[in-house]
Amino acid sequence: MAELAIRTEQLSLWYGTFQALFDVDFDVKKGIVTSLIGPSGCGKSTLLRSVNRIVERGGTVKTTGRIEVLGQDIHAPNVELVQLRKSVGMVFQRPNPLPLTIRDNVLFSTRLHRDRLSRAEQDEIVEKALSTVLLWDAVKDRLDHPARVLSLEEQQKLCIARLLPIQPAVLLMDEPCSALDPTGTEAVEELIWTLRGDYTILIVTHNMAQARRASDECAFMLMGKLVEHTPTDQMFVTPKHQETADYIEGRYG
Amino acid sequence: MVPTQTESQPAAAASLEEADRRDLDWWIDKLVEGLVFIGGISAIVFITAIFVFITKEGVGFLGSRFDFSEFFFSQAWRPTSESKPTYGALALIAGTASVTGFAVLMAVPFSLGAAIYIAEFAPPKQREILKVLVELLAAIPSVVWGFIGLSMMNPLIIELFDVPIGLTVLNAGVILGLMAAPIMTTIAEDALKAVPDSYREGAEALGATRWQTIFRVTLPAARNGLVAAVLLGVGRGFGETMAVLMASGHSINVPDSVFDSVRALTATIAAELGETAVGSEHYQALFTLGILLFVVTFFINLTADLVVRGIRKS
Repeated sequence: MAELAIRTEQLSLWYGTFQALFDVDFDVKKGIVTSLIGPSGCGKSTLLRSVNRIVERGGTVKTTGRIEVLGQDIHAPNVELVQLRKSVGMVFQRPNPLPLTIRDNVLFSTRLHRDRLSRAEQDEIVEKALSTVLLWDAVKDRLDHPARVLSLEEQQKLCIARLLPIQPAVLLMDEPCSALDPTGTEAVEELIWTLRGDYTILIVTHNMAQARRASDECAFMLMGKLVEHTPTDQMFVTPKHQETADYIEGRYG
Repeated sequence: MVPTQTESQPAAAASLEEADRRDLDWWIDKLVEGLVFIGGISAIVFITAIFVFITKEGVGFLGSRFDFSEFFFSQAWRPTSESKPTYGALALIAGTASVTGFAVLMAVPFSLGAAIYIAEFAPPKQREILKVLVELLAAIPSVVWGFIGLSMMNPLIIELFDVPIGLTVLNAGVILGLMAAPIMTTIAEDALKAVPDSYREGAEALGATRWQTIFRVTLPAARNGLVAAVLLGVGRGFGETMAVLMASGHSINVPDSVFDSVRALTATIAAELGETAVGSEHYQALFTLGILLFVVTFFINLTADLVVRGIRKS
């Protein structure tokens, strides 16, 4: 049994009176890419957003059950949100670089969490993060430009790069390619695949082909419940449940 | 296919002819268009008319009696002197500047604090209530503010600071600050609300606390709108007349401290214009003060507007 990065136990979640998750038991193994698929409104984004507790921004959110990240119950009173979000990075559906320069975007998280760094240390962090996401060559001459001038693909890569300096263990990605064109999608998928191993990646996607080619394991959700969680090959060839089979064959969704 | 085409051609021509008929709807459309055009153009007409009127009344003074160094560098505003009237506006300019400056110093921290609370922290219901209240505050007539300055602040200042008179820069500045704060708050709040939520979400997901998010992301992103808010507040203070007239003491004086009485440009015009003969030198001099005020407020508002446009572009 591989080591687990994320583990939920009987997780239920309500937005006000609307129940979005029903008793979800979900294990995510360390160091691989796990994709979450399912039709719109099935709760896959909610599940993803529960893992760094950003779901609580909405206000009237109630959770029961348990979520562990690296063995630590994230709802325990001794867990600081800041610490949790340091170890669980998140990439959003629409690239959302902060209204700062490219360089400051990459350095944003280290500046929040660490003491002042020398210029050389900062340069090193920026170069390393941008190189990891294969963006360094494209932007090294314009680090002081605002991040908004980049193409969407580059912005999304930057959004991944800015997570790396604080060395999160888990990267959550909420449909990271849905705002990108096919070339951008391919580039970001490749990037996700190269990050595999160093990071545990949980990715929500609408795109079944993407789940199939770019994940190790795949989980199917429907109506707030986790229906099936198997290795990706197995899910797309021999799904265990009828709903899963119907969904991946495109009968609804 | 072919027969239907030949049939449909005359039908199309008929409907075109019909469309060309200027029926009631067509006239209503033209009428509304005209009314909207007049409404739109009227702002330009009025502002031009006002500017022309003020300039026309003041230009006689500007052409003959006006002396640049006396006007801007002399404190002696003695327009009613029998022997030798002088028109030094320095003290009046200093009065307006000191009161407005003090008001802005008072209002900016309060307004920004209120705007940040309303935009970033208040729950939705509270936010609605606070916005309505702030806007109500902006609707209080200026004479009521002047009354508060005269009858409440005046004795309070005398009591608190042990000074002989309470109608001072301090008094007028506080009153004007309270008057400018609602405008600044409303506009600053709008600017903060216009910052996309994805910025906050992104920053929080990176582990920023709410304060870090506000200081490092939201405020810098809303910078232009906040500057515009302050400038519009300054413009409001600059042009305010009645409250300043009542609370500032109305004595010609370049202030050394906030406990000095001063006299504002606006208050001078309001107090003296009724006493002058139309077309006299004094009358024209007051209109010259009006030109000065008009030009300054025009540029403040223009700057604010350009700054706001700056946000939309980026």
